[in-house]
Amino acid sequence: MAKQTARTSIPNCPSVSVLQGATQAPVARFEIHYHQVLDPKGQILGPIPEFAKNSETLIGFYRNMFKTRAFDTKAIALQRRGQLGTYASCLGQEAVGTAIGSCMRKEDVLLPAYREYAAQFLRGVRMQDILLYWGGNETGMNFEIPRRDFPICIPIASQAPHAVGVGYAIRLRREQRVAVCVLGDGGTSKGDFYEAINAAGVWDLPIVFVVANNQWAISMPRNAQSRAETLAQKAIAAGIAGEQVDGNDVIALYERIEKALIKARNGHGPTLIEALTYRLSDHTTADDASRYRSESEVAQWWRADPLVRLRRYLSNQGNWSEKAEKELEFESQQEVERAVREYLDIPAQPAGSMFDHLYASLPESLEWQRRSAIQGGRQDD
Amino acid sequence: MTEVTLLDAVNLALAREMSADPAVVVFGEDVGRNGGVFRATAGLQERFGAERVFDTPLSETLIAGMAIGMAAEGLKPVAEIQFLGFVYSTIDQIVNHAGRLRNRTRGRLGCPMVMRVPFGGGIHAPEHHSESTEAIFAHIPGIRVVIPSSPHRAYGLLLAAIRNPDPVIFLEPKRIYRLFKQEIEDNGEELPLDTCFLLREGSDVTLVSWGAMIHETRIAAERLSDSGIEAEVIDLATIKPLDMKTILTSVEKTGRCVIVHEAARTCGVGAEVAAGLAESGLMSLMAPVERVTGYDTVMPLYQLEKQYLPGVDRIVAAAHRTLES
Ligand SMILES: Cc1ncc(C[n+]2csc(CCOP(=O)(O)OP(=O)(O)O)c2C)c(N)n1
Ligand SMILES: [Mg+2]
Repeated sequence: MAKQTARTSIPNCPSVSVLQGATQAPVARFEIHYHQVLDPKGQILGPIPEFAKNSETLIGFYRNMFKTRAFDTKAIALQRRGQLGTYASCLGQEAVGTAIGSCMRKEDVLLPAYREYAAQFLRGVRMQDILLYWGGNETGMNFEIPRRDFPICIPIASQAPHAVGVGYAIRLRREQRVAVCVLGDGGTSKGDFYEAINAAGVWDLPIVFVVANNQWAISMPRNAQSRAETLAQKAIAAGIAGEQVDGNDVIALYERIEKALIKARNGHGPTLIEALTYRLSDHTTADDASRYRSESEVAQWWRADPLVRLRRYLSNQGNWSEKAEKELEFESQQEVERAVREYLDIPAQPAGSMFDHLYASLPESLEWQRRSAIQGGRQDD
Repeated sequence: MTEVTLLDAVNLALAREMSADPAVVVFGEDVGRNGGVFRATAGLQERFGAERVFDTPLSETLIAGMAIGMAAEGLKPVAEIQFLGFVYSTIDQIVNHAGRLRNRTRGRLGCPMVMRVPFGGGIHAPEHHSESTEAIFAHIPGIRVVIPSSPHRAYGLLLAAIRNPDPVIFLEPKRIYRLFKQEIEDNGEELPLDTCFLLREGSDVTLVSWGAMIHETRIAAERLSDSGIEAEVIDLATIKPLDMKTILTSVEKTGRCVIVHEAARTCGVGAEVAAGLAESGLMSLMAPVERVTGYDTVMPLYQLEKQYLPGVDRIVAAAHRTLES
């Protein structure tokens, strides 16, 4: 595999000859390609990618999507019962996270927004960690396994510049790692996003940006966010590769993201992948989507469900059965229930914990505040 | 007269001023079709049309920056930032432009904008949704920072903010959005900016607070009264510019002062009040000034938010301490 090389020479500014040319000659053209392998009916279009010939790989995808959905359903139920705070559902977007998590290597870095549980589970984040986070306990973001992955990021697109920093650090050390940054369609309206893809292009950094375009940013539909026909084409202005993928087709997603990862790993720069998916749930448990979108629209997207189409394909190939489905259902339920029990058993952190990780070591001048917090707010010393 | 919540009062004031003044426009994320994530702008788009009440692409820098452009053009923009946790990218616009457009152009261009932002903890909200960082804005020259603590003051102060010829950051304490109702008359009457409100008279100790903490502060005053201590309660309301006069007058009478705020302690607005007392009220003070505040920590996620937020007990204890000296 090619070793990454840093660009050492300072690029020159263009010579004055750029000013000479035919009047009105086009100076830039672009095309955005759309990738789909498995259509909503579960039929393969075109040649089957090599990895997808292995049914175990596809079953692995299906299992992760299924478990993620079981988790999601349970999390919403917990919130409704008052056992969890506001929760952001990933219903309908399981393929995006599953593909990301499946093609990343352990040593890569994930910079998620807040609906990428499917990817995080594959990275080794536990279900109870996600519950702890939405359940109001910081310990959920202290991942045991993906130690370098970033925590859930709520301020929209603010993680995108972090990916540039991660990518830069990787390149500086000549490592073959990649940063994968996920954000939403709404996030592409923010300067943070534009600034990040621009800089990633300037330095050819090993980054894959995935825009999980779920068609909505709370009540704002995709077309109210931008007049651009695709969000992928924003990459063009940044001088990096951009493409669109059916975000409910885990096979196409895996194929394209994997390709982008290899490219980045080999020092050939960043890629922006727009995954076309749909938020089947409310924005969060604090939202009521019926106020701003029609049931028929949602129903239409249910027909593009990423789980259903992969199950159809697997069944048609004779690689999935009712029995396997039942077993997976049982297994998922067990796993989710176990995670819920663990989550519910974890007591709140003590008040003093507010100070535990404020700094690497607490400045002397804040000691009294910590003591005061421990004593329930006595400030008389 | 209608009984309304603080949230309703905001909505009423917006509707009132939109009908009175065609220059008023309302915009932000999810404020139009959705009526705001808290419903503060509910019904406004139906009533005033999608040109005057509109959703923006997801960009706070844009929201603040375009408000400045509109204001310079003579519109009266009332922009909403969904939560204070998402306001920080606007600070470039607020510091470098909103707060100094008038000054830079020697009065030629003004900036009559309002930026409404829900803030504060106590409702089990997710990360970044509970902070109280009002002091960041209070530090910026050329802007006003206004925080209502009741439906009545929300209505009157928001009207004043919209009518004011200079930029106002209007911070809405979301913990008390729906906590209680008050009778208010939707008569378009504003309340004065740049002045504190005396909410309770007392001779023994002055309690100074603002926003949602006024609620705990008033309960503390009642508790103190049960043990024979009469506290004066002052709502700062406009935290910048600060009306020290009302506070000094009160402390002249009581000789004691407890400042209560939800925000972190260091460089909080309480520090400014305490400095004002040290400068101009030292001779009246019979005890050191006490501050009851949030800790200098990151706002914890909700399992510990109760431990973070100053409660009634801490206020009462601090008042007692001032009386011991
Ligand atoms: C900077 C910022 N502004 C506003 C918000 C409030 N908010 C939370 S999610 C959201 C919409 C995000 O839409 P999108 O980027 O498409 O992601 P999705 O929720 O659809 O996954 C908004 C406006 C926020 N979290 N951060
Ligand atoms: Mg979206």
